[in-house]
Amino acid sequence: MDAFTTPLLAGTATGALLLIAALGLALTFGQMGVINMAHGEFLMAGAYTTFLTQQVVTNTDLSILVALPAAFVVAGSLGLLLEVSIISWMYRRPLDTLLVTVGVSLLLQQLAKDIFGAQGDPVQTPGWLDGNIDVFGYHWPYRQMFTILLAIAALVGLGLLLKYTAYGRQIRATVQNRDLAETMGVSTRTVDRVTFFVGSGLAGVGGVAVSLISGTNPNLGTTYIISAFLVVVAGGLGQLKGTVIAAFAVGIVTAFFTDWFNSSMAQVFTFALVVIFLQLRPQGLFTVRTRGLA
Amino acid sequence: MNNLLQTGQRLGRTWGPLLGIAIVAIALLVVAPAVLSPFRLNNLGKYVCWAIAGVGIGLAWGRGGMLVMGQGVFFGLGGYAMAMHLKLEAAMATGGPDAIPDFMVLYGDGTMPGWWEPFRSGPFTLFAILVLPAIAATILGFAIFKRRVKGAYFAILTQALAVAFATLLVATIKQTGGFNGLNQFTQFFGYNLYDPVNKRMIYSIAAVLLIVCLVVVWQLYRSRFGELLVATRDAEERVRFLGHDPANIKLVAFVVAAVMASIGGAMFAPITGIISPSDVDATASIFLIAGVALGGRSLLLGPAIGALAVGFGRTFLSESFPDQWTYFLGLLFIVVILFFPSGLGSSWSQLTSRLRTKEVAR
Amino acid sequence: MTEGLSHVFESRPRLVTGTVLAFTAALSLSACGGTKSGESSAVESCVDTSGDTVKLGFLNSTSGAMAISEQTVRDSLVMAIDEINADGGILGKKVEPVAEDGASDPAIFAEKIEKLLTGDCVAAVFGGWTSASRKAMLPVVEANKGLLFYPVQYEGLEASENIYYTGATTNQQIIPAMDFLKSEGVKTLFLAGSDYVFPRTANKIIKQYAEELGIEIVGEEYVPLDDDDWTTQVAKIAAAKPDFVFNTINGSSNVGFVKAYYEQGLGPDNSPIISVSIAEEEAPAMGKDITGQYAAWNYFQSVESPTNDTFIEAFQAKYGDDRPTSDPMEAAYTSLYLYKALVEKAGSFDVDEINASADGVTFDAPEGTVTIDGENHHIAKTALIGKINSDNQFDVVWSSDSPVEPDPFLEGYSWWDPSKN
Repeated sequence: MDAFTTPLLAGTATGALLLIAALGLALTFGQMGVINMAHGEFLMAGAYTTFLTQQVVTNTDLSILVALPAAFVVAGSLGLLLEVSIISWMYRRPLDTLLVTVGVSLLLQQLAKDIFGAQGDPVQTPGWLDGNIDVFGYHWPYRQMFTILLAIAALVGLGLLLKYTAYGRQIRATVQNRDLAETMGVSTRTVDRVTFFVGSGLAGVGGVAVSLISGTNPNLGTTYIISAFLVVVAGGLGQLKGTVIAAFAVGIVTAFFTDWFNSSMAQVFTFALVVIFLQLRPQGLFTVRTRGLA
Repeated sequence: MNNLLQTGQRLGRTWGPLLGIAIVAIALLVVAPAVLSPFRLNNLGKYVCWAIAGVGIGLAWGRGGMLVMGQGVFFGLGGYAMAMHLKLEAAMATGGPDAIPDFMVLYGDGTMPGWWEPFRSGPFTLFAILVLPAIAATILGFAIFKRRVKGAYFAILTQALAVAFATLLVATIKQTGGFNGLNQFTQFFGYNLYDPVNKRMIYSIAAVLLIVCLVVVWQLYRSRFGELLVATRDAEERVRFLGHDPANIKLVAFVVAAVMASIGGAMFAPITGIISPSDVDATASIFLIAGVALGGRSLLLGPAIGALAVGFGRTFLSESFPDQWTYFLGLLFIVVILFFPSGLGSSWSQLTSRLRTKEVAR
Repeated sequence: MTEGLSHVFESRPRLVTGTVLAFTAALSLSACGGTKSGESSAVESCVDTSGDTVKLGFLNSTSGAMAISEQTVRDSLVMAIDEINADGGILGKKVEPVAEDGASDPAIFAEKIEKLLTGDCVAAVFGGWTSASRKAMLPVVEANKGLLFYPVQYEGLEASENIYYTGATTNQQIIPAMDFLKSEGVKTLFLAGSDYVFPRTANKIIKQYAEELGIEIVGEEYVPLDDDDWTTQVAKIAAAKPDFVFNTINGSSNVGFVKAYYEQGLGPDNSPIISVSIAEEEAPAMGKDITGQYAAWNYFQSVESPTNDTFIEAFQAKYGDDRPTSDPMEAAYTSLYLYKALVEKAGSFDVDEINASADGVTFDAPEGTVTIDGENHHIAKTALIGKINSDNQFDVVWSSDSPVEPDPFLEGYSWWDPSKN
């Protein structure tokens, strides 16, 4: 039984993490056509924020809860800074945003190395996340459940934001028809910045979850960025439900491959599956060109 | 007067690029061997390998609009094919015709996988270096272009391919040497690899191959295919309405680029004496892109010169400022893309052509 | 040769193409002669020791993924140079270090060691960490008849005239660790490692020796070097409930492994870990209290010897009181002093003369007295097993008592069969 439950549950947790990372990418790609290769470094920023928070708030039980909003703000601000300083100069040049953010990603990694040292920094797991429950032979760690809850919270929060707030309506209007939204008085520049802030902030929250797996290290972002992009590509643009399904599918499939073969081969096979999948559905799972994101 | 000018321009268009190629050829084949120490010449040989791959990227990305972020894969196919042959040559020189590479004895069970066997033959290896990447690129390109996957999707898929390829290599220690890669070659088609005279010969071969690739690309750019490729880049739908299949046009450019990357990789192995996953992974692929972006992706000589410059910069900067090299590479991407989106070379030629003819180049 | 090759590579040359090709081929042909194997011309060393100084090369990664570990080696090399210079240098000559960054990339290591040997003309190079970097440097250092001192424990199965290995080979670390496990009465063992050469080779040896010792291997899991999520694999350990876990994971991946291990309810009282790459530096960076776990090395900061006291004192005076000392650092520090001893015994910086008198050269190192084996260029070292205490220091719980003679190819072990997997 545990040969089935272990990959299923562990894969769901991996999928949840991929989802948090991919949500921001899907938002910025869908709305602005921006491919942000530095998105992985926002995860890293979130992880380092967790480490720093634990230096200030020494009560580990509490510090994670403080780290969540802190990581959101730190990573979001970094994203905003990136948008204002560089990205805003190159909208509608998606391939150029990709290359420029490759440069940003390299800079941020080296910066983290110089600030925090090449050696990773430890992150303490709070007591209430340290443990597991037995699910058909798999000792399911609380940490993995916590990651899944985080992903659900991020998804619900984002959905509410898009559906019920003024900004959300403006975001949806901008995605559907940028020019028309502008004529109706929506400041699409501001909307873009809000989107970038929220998308990057979500990556920061994902970084908190990553730091609970492996602490911090300067190369942490590179581990997740490619998988997150594959999720976005497979999920299709314009609808978050595609991203959600793709994230969990990639996470769970990878976990089963890992169980049957090993981690290395699992990465290779998952990639092959995504390419084959794109043969069947080149536009990804869902695509609605002029409909809302939610 | 006007006629004369036009004739001059036409002549310049035909012979100008050739003159450029000739200058590169003289610089690489006459000047460099005369002035550089053997060690520096060998370094230059390494940059030449990157430049060969860069010429192909210029074709696919600059002219074809396909941002190939995973050229390390094809660089690796050529590099590993050549390295397998060199490894077998080294083994056979000491252990007889049935000898197998040392690492298979050390890390494996002392048997060699069957697909290594044909690489004992030099001619087969050369054949494989050209054909393997062509087959791989055709299958992959066919799958991708026929389904009209393009733009950013294409770029991300190719990068993911590089990640998967490097992971596969690392995981197959017994077959490919894993993380260590293939190294400890002793000879190159019978020639001692550590003799300075032979090293210069290998360098010269690489330089000649770069010139050949430049000439091939020049011919392609002059041909009807070159025009169709640019047309596909700029307006894919119109090309389709004109009765051409853009997928086929892109496929050809993609395959040629793959073969060139493979040739670059094949020369990289004997020149550096090693090929390992870190020479072919996503980071290495991005490094290949950097030179092309710098030099001017849609120019003939831009990608090659850019790749040489970035290669030189990497060595120079990492010798002078060992820890700051990454900052320079990162800044290079940001500055070039922000301010010279079509590369330094293009900005320069736009400027001069504007001055000369007041006619704005593309 | 050139003509033949380019003929294969070229496609269908047209008139202009053909002209250009002929032109370049002629150019390149004039530039090269070519020497067949066997008639190789001898490489002349450019090392000049006639002045007051002698140059030594330091080649460590100060950028890239391995910078974490290799910077510590660089630090102790720099310290050893300072000490040697303050003490009058080597053969009365001051040592002048030339430092290069290997950038965690084997091809860069190959390039830089060639620069150090042929451009800077250093008398010897110190550095390298990963097996990949060493394998990349080996042919270059052999072709240029240089010297390399490699300071890290590694997977063995190698020996070169031009390399001195001052870290442990497998029979000084892995095999003693297995002896220790046997003495603890271990019946079942689980192997966890990073997916690359050292763990795979180490586990190949462990599996064969385990069979000899009657220890059952109940599982074997690998994760790529850059992947930190060990949850699924650790679940298998929890299911197998082994007496011990043999950990050959490298670098930051250890953090993910250790976190997942405790999360699954494992610990030193049910399935303790014995590691071969967690030292004093890494222990506090796990984000978990790993008190009670084990590590196999040849040096611990806690080793009691007068040389070690001065070593620690000097290191912490130079780099800060909070900096621990560890095995690779000590091996790097020792490598410079061994070089000094080698040169002084030979009375020359010449590689052939050094090699000729190398056998039996000793140094009273922080880990204890080490002796060079002139045959395989490794050094005899004492194997130690340490148990981590709450200060992230290791209490030595087992020792081989006397230095173990290096046997990189395991020729003295009858159970070893390299072709058995």
